[in-house]
Amino acid sequence: MAYPPVLALRGVSKRFGGVHALVDVELQIRAGEVVALVGDNGAGKSTLVRAISGVGPADKGVIEWEGHLVQIKRPHDAQALGIATVYQDLAMCDNLDVVGNLFLGREIDRMGILDEVEMERRARELMRTLSIRIPDVRMPVAALSAGQRQAVAISRSLMAAPKVLLLDEPTAALGIEQTSHLLDLVEELRDHGLAVLLISHNMGDIKAVADRVAVLRLGRNNGLFDVNTTSQEQIISSITGAADNAVAHRTTRDEEAWP
Amino acid sequence: MDAVSATSGRHPRTRGRNMNLRGYADAFRARLRLGERGPILVALGLVVIWLVFQSLDDNFLSPRNLSNLSVDIVGTGLVAVGIVFVLLIGEIDLSVGSVSGLAGAAFAVLNVNLGMPEWLALIVAMLSGMAVGAVHGFFFAWVGVPAFVVTLAGLLAWNGLTLFLLGASGTISLDEEGLVASLTSSYFGAAAAAYGLAALGIAAYFLVSHRNRNRHKAAGMPHRSLSEIWVRTGVLALIALAAAYTLNQFQGLPLALLIFLTIIVASDYILRRTRYGRRVYALGGGIEAARRAGVGVARVRILMFMVSGTLAAIGGLFVASGLTSASPTTARAAGSGMLLINAIAAAVIGGTSLFGGRGSTWSALLGVLVIESIASGMALLGVQDAVQFMITGGVLLAAVTADTLSRRSAGARDRA
Ligand SMILES: Nc1ncnc2c1ncn2[C@@H]1O[C@H](COP(=O)(O)OP(=O)(O)OP(=O)(O)O)[C@@H](O)[C@H]1O
Ligand SMILES: [Mg+2]
Repeated sequence: MAYPPVLALRGVSKRFGGVHALVDVELQIRAGEVVALVGDNGAGKSTLVRAISGVGPADKGVIEWEGHLVQIKRPHDAQALGIATVYQDLAMCDNLDVVGNLFLGREIDRMGILDEVEMERRARELMRTLSIRIPDVRMPVAALSAGQRQAVAISRSLMAAPKVLLLDEPTAALGIEQTSHLLDLVEELRDHGLAVLLISHNMGDIKAVADRVAVLRLGRNNGLFDVNTTSQEQIISSITGAADNAVAHRTTRDEEAWP
Repeated sequence: MDAVSATSGRHPRTRGRNMNLRGYADAFRARLRLGERGPILVALGLVVIWLVFQSLDDNFLSPRNLSNLSVDIVGTGLVAVGIVFVLLIGEIDLSVGSVSGLAGAAFAVLNVNLGMPEWLALIVAMLSGMAVGAVHGFFFAWVGVPAFVVTLAGLLAWNGLTLFLLGASGTISLDEEGLVASLTSSYFGAAAAAYGLAALGIAAYFLVSHRNRNRHKAAGMPHRSLSEIWVRTGVLALIALAAAYTLNQFQGLPLALLIFLTIIVASDYILRRTRYGRRVYALGGGIEAARRAGVGVARVRILMFMVSGTLAAIGGLFVASGLTSASPTTARAAGSGMLLINAIAAAVIGGTSLFGGRGSTWSALLGVLVIESIASGMALLGVQDAVQFMITGGVLLAAVTADTLSRRSAGARDRA
């Protein structure tokens, strides 16, 4: 591992009034790696995602991109770097159709006029490559099921060919088949060299695709594990706090390999 | 984009591949039932209103009355176009009546009392509307005061400023031959003008639809059938040519109507066909999603209030033009909210949603035709104001109720 991580966070903190949502959080993700981010409800996972994606910038801390210090103050900053995000709430513009949502903020136009034909063509192509089944790409997203919305949100995040993908509980609304489909997709993306941060409460999903697991507890790092060498119980006790001094379990090998 | 049923497999607005005749009939019925129900129902309502008034008074559908109607709608109609922009982002601007009064007064004072050239006074009056909108937008988008309260304060304050400006001189008469007066008194008398405009519109519609169809077809995607395009163009041609014929029976194509239609076509094009317009719709359909997609929420919001203020000012200039004066009486009337209510009613009746994200500037034309037809018909019949107010109020409530119900059925899902 001679390369620096594609994304590294150090000392990231964020407060909402009196609530310390994030306290000195560290996280590193490498290209071609899936890192699972776990923690109880309210642990600060979504807050961390929003800090990375620029929707809710951190109060303190540094973000490094491919070894360089960067500022992420707006969603645009993160997108420009190559960070794509699927948010937990799947917020979409209900009045726009699937194509409109997929291309929102990065519309294709010719001399200032939206090129609907080209956008629709690419949307269909994308749906086909990801084998996502949506009755029609010209349907308003208000008419989609939760799982279909999820699929659209994920396709949207892949449109810009990102280097880092942040998935906040992407399997929450999915059925069994769609979940395994999504996990296959995550693996495929990893094999193509993407760095994926996967938030999930489902240990099965994590065991299936993650390489490492980072635990957040009450806004703080509470352990970093190698999935292959760590038991599920260890991870769970670290999530619940039964092993608050989980530092002992930390797999420091990876961290030390990079100076 | 009206109602959407979450259960119907195929959305009725989508174009079908390889549909047969029956398929088209079904699709048309489905569209009537859901997607385009609004405008078609309103157009039918308008026909009913016209027939009722015609049966009560032979003069209602006379070329003279219809031609005058087409000029009278422009002031309120332009204000309504501005309202549409604000409604699309899910907000409201209650100050437009006062702002239109302010623009008329500002023009009169600058031009008549202070001797400023007409064109310059006209521009200053329009810019004053834009500036007022910027102030509203600032307090709403940057400070975070609800738009309803900001523009309610504006309603009072700008009306106060108008009365203050007119206070020294009372009623100011505009130059009858001047630029502003000519806005509502000029006609293109040659029959070719009205017919030419109609033909231009018909041809443009057909060519754009046809080109779109061919591009979809070439890309191997679902597309409209040629016959559907012909039918749509035919309906448009019928309406446009009938309107041109009627206008030519009187004094020809009114300049005011030409300006109104130009503004509607241009703004509709910007809203639906450019990425700027897409941001406006996005903001109305989901602020959080828009923000995450990189839409500058505050900027778009301020801009929409500036558009609304500017169009209110332009509408006010047309109102002043129709009266060829600016007076404290009309200023008080502007501040009383009648113009405001008519403009909002027009936008909503025409099919723009109060809840944001749905509608088009064409709804201003359709809605203002309904509102002003009722007003004109009742004036013709000599119905007193009191009754007119009640009827307009009732129509507004009916339109908002229809909007609310259609939103409910549109599957605005409550997501946990
Ligand atoms: N906008 C906000 N304003 C105030 N407090 C907030 C806000 N967003 C998050 N918080 C608080 O920050 C903490 C972390 O919330 P966060 O949403 O990041 O948790 P999470 O780990 O994603 O939980 P879950 O598993 O339920 O999604 C919580 O205590 C929450 O109440
Ligand atoms: Mg969360």
